[in-house]
Amino acid sequence: MIWVDTILQGILLGGLYALFAAGLSLVFGIMRLVNLAHGDLIVLGAYLILLLVTLTGLSPFVAAAVAMPFMFALGYGLQKFMLNRVLGDDILPPLLVTFGLSVVLQNALLEGFSADSQRIQAGSLSTASIEIAGIGLGVMPLLTFGSALVVIIGLNQLFYRTSLGRAFRATSDDPTTASLMGIKPAGIFAKATGIAMIIVTIAALYLGMRSNFDPSIGPARLIYAFEAVIIGGLGSLWGTLAGGVIIGVAQTVGAAINPEWQILAGHVAFLVVLLLRPRGLFPRAVD
Amino acid sequence: MSKLPPNYSVQTRTRASSISAIVALVLVVVAIALPAFASRSLIQDMFFILTMLVLAQFWNLLAGYGGLVSVGQQAFVGIGAYAMFGVVILLGFDPVASILIGGIAALVLAIPTAFFAFRLQGAYFAIGTWVIAEVVRLLVAQWKSVGGGTGTSLPRSATSDMWFTGTIETLFDVKSAAARDILAYWLAVVLAVATIAGIYWLLRTKRGLGLAAVRDNIEAAKSVGVDAVRMKWLVFLVSAFGTGLAGGLIYLQKARISPDAAFSLQDWTAYVIFIVVIGGIGTIEGPILGVLVFFILQSLLADYGSWYLMVLGLIGIAIMLFAPRGLWGLFSDRTGIELFPVRRRLTGGRLSATLPSSKEE
Amino acid sequence: MTALLETRGLTARYGDFQALFGVDLVLDEGETIAIIGSNGAGKTTLMRSIAGVLRNPVDGIRFEGRAIGDRPADEIMAMGIAMVPEGRKLFPSLSVEENLQIGAYGRQTGGYWSLETVYELFPVLKERRSNPGTALSGGQQQMVAIGRALMSNPRVLLCDEISLGLAPVIIKDIYKAVPRIRESGASMIVVEQDIGQAMAVADRVYCMMEGRITLTGRPGDLSREAIHDAYFGAQA
Repeated sequence: MIWVDTILQGILLGGLYALFAAGLSLVFGIMRLVNLAHGDLIVLGAYLILLLVTLTGLSPFVAAAVAMPFMFALGYGLQKFMLNRVLGDDILPPLLVTFGLSVVLQNALLEGFSADSQRIQAGSLSTASIEIAGIGLGVMPLLTFGSALVVIIGLNQLFYRTSLGRAFRATSDDPTTASLMGIKPAGIFAKATGIAMIIVTIAALYLGMRSNFDPSIGPARLIYAFEAVIIGGLGSLWGTLAGGVIIGVAQTVGAAINPEWQILAGHVAFLVVLLLRPRGLFPRAVD
Repeated sequence: MSKLPPNYSVQTRTRASSISAIVALVLVVVAIALPAFASRSLIQDMFFILTMLVLAQFWNLLAGYGGLVSVGQQAFVGIGAYAMFGVVILLGFDPVASILIGGIAALVLAIPTAFFAFRLQGAYFAIGTWVIAEVVRLLVAQWKSVGGGTGTSLPRSATSDMWFTGTIETLFDVKSAAARDILAYWLAVVLAVATIAGIYWLLRTKRGLGLAAVRDNIEAAKSVGVDAVRMKWLVFLVSAFGTGLAGGLIYLQKARISPDAAFSLQDWTAYVIFIVVIGGIGTIEGPILGVLVFFILQSLLADYGSWYLMVLGLIGIAIMLFAPRGLWGLFSDRTGIELFPVRRRLTGGRLSATLPSSKEE
Repeated sequence: MTALLETRGLTARYGDFQALFGVDLVLDEGETIAIIGSNGAGKTTLMRSIAGVLRNPVDGIRFEGRAIGDRPADEIMAMGIAMVPEGRKLFPSLSVEENLQIGAYGRQTGGYWSLETVYELFPVLKERRSNPGTALSGGQQQMVAIGRALMSNPRVLLCDEISLGLAPVIIKDIYKAVPRIRESGASMIVVEQDIGQAMAVADRVYCMMEGRITLTGRPGDLSREAIHDAYFGAQA
């Protein structure tokens, strides 16, 4: 029974990792860009929510909703004024620019908020739990997982049911031909990064409510996100959720055996999948 | 490829490179003689510059020439350092000889690393190498006999009668700690000179030209028979070995190690990337210029802590946006000077109208 | 009267290589013109220049008297110049119907063309509407590419090598659509290597060689010899 509990906790933790990963997956799917500052942007989002909660006394959920348009604008501007300039066949410039951005963000947060760890207070919600079939499940992990499901269903709807989603896919296939359809690829990329930042805000909300955070933890979140994306298969959103769950389960099982092995077990699960299925579990048919 | 008419000759030498060879020779002589008149803190600064230069040259070989953007080079620094500590502490080896073990350990680690990371393309390769570095860090932190997560120091017995230190103590009349700094510095001079000479030699061989071809166009390179996969392996293993040697040497001088420091992304990869990007990626001159700029910035701004890193990050971003070939690229474009030319130039004879004048091949 | 679309002394280059040397071309409202010429004559470059994929001097191209040479492709399309690109270039991640729908993304003016009328023009597409575009035969893919361009109800339709690589019977099928397209009010520029096909549909023909217009006229007024010379060069 203890194992069932451990695995369930792992699955729910996977929801958090899927939230970290969904924005990365979206951006990579559309413009083949890996944003090395993704984890730091999540941390930035958490500080923004914390700031709003502290200054205005809003509930964290409302604060996150308020933060979303700001984060969208940040992503849109970042893409439009910086990242679009370095997109191209050479992968080095976007990697190095986002790497530089990661360092700048970490140190700007350090300067602004100090190295002290913080937490977004969610009141009684953070300790509440419900019992299902004899297993106690935290309300917060359940909410996180539910949000991950909603995000992924929402993104799928956006991609396959809307005109903007068609434009995303067309631009991803062939930006030049897309421009013949009246699509401005630079604008599409900026919107995509903006939307990714909205998901980042949701990820930031749960990151901040569930655990302590400080300016230095971004890169580790990027790694979990990255592992989830690769395990799932590039460009597959449901695959990303599956990838998050695999990392989550590996971590909780690893931690149950030896607390020092938690992170290591997640990485090892990633390497095993990479060894057995180099293209991930659910690779897209068209690459 | 057809034979050239008799009047042509193929050269890779330029006037600037001939002069620079003489200057380099003088510099090496001065560098070796430096401990005779320099203060201990200058020797330590020079050691830092030289070891960072070595790391930067190897990262540049990987990313600038091999197109392999690794964010996991700290794995090789760390494993090189830990292997050195391991054989000193557990087997009683001399630390100087153990540096070589550090290089070999990094080389051995590079084989499974490449096996995994080469399954990932481009940007994903970058994060893949980073994951592997994290795995190695976490595993080393479990290795209790070298201090586990908290780390350990080189035993006094090993540092006090390290090879050559006795001679240095009497030669310069210094204490054993200063003698160790001088020894480490000389080894750094040797490693830096060997690294630059070795990479320069590699790039000028037929293999090295193939490397440039792979970077410029992988399909075209294949069509003229360059085996891109073998080139990637070669570059990755060579870089790992050199990075491991540097790791061993750096921690010989530090004499104290911990997993977080030895596997630090910031110290051994982030700084190195900024050095190469600021100086100019894809040239041998770039990292040399970059490490000097980096050192000056650090000396000026080190007291400002996180502001310093922010400035470094912003400079890196600005260079990538506005001058992607770095400071050396700006300089070289304006002056045409190349100190380490690897391109082949066709000189002499008469060039027909169809033959591109100074292009390679 | 100003022409609907006009190029004046249009030049284009790819790096050091000059592909167009002062091309003058006029398309009047309601007209269909054909551009013929061998491989490398500059026909596709001319199409890509007009469509805004290549940037040009601002005065090089005029649309209804307005200089548009420096506008990007998405703005050109929104003005009403749609292109069927060489090689069809369907979006592999989109179904047939989605490929058609996205054709109207940047210009939703309304007009004759809609999903219904395109399906009426090419009924086979309706049967295969939910297939991925790339699962279709070459001829059907070409129909999707044409339909996709029509979805924006363009004033000018640029067709680049729409018969390339297709069997003669299929080419005939596709060209059957041209009268309907003309009736809908679109003016057309058709690039063809097949001289006979070009002569059959066009009001006027331009012949290109090595980046220049070497001959122009009404199909009935041009002799075989004149076309042959313009196509392959006069020196023989």
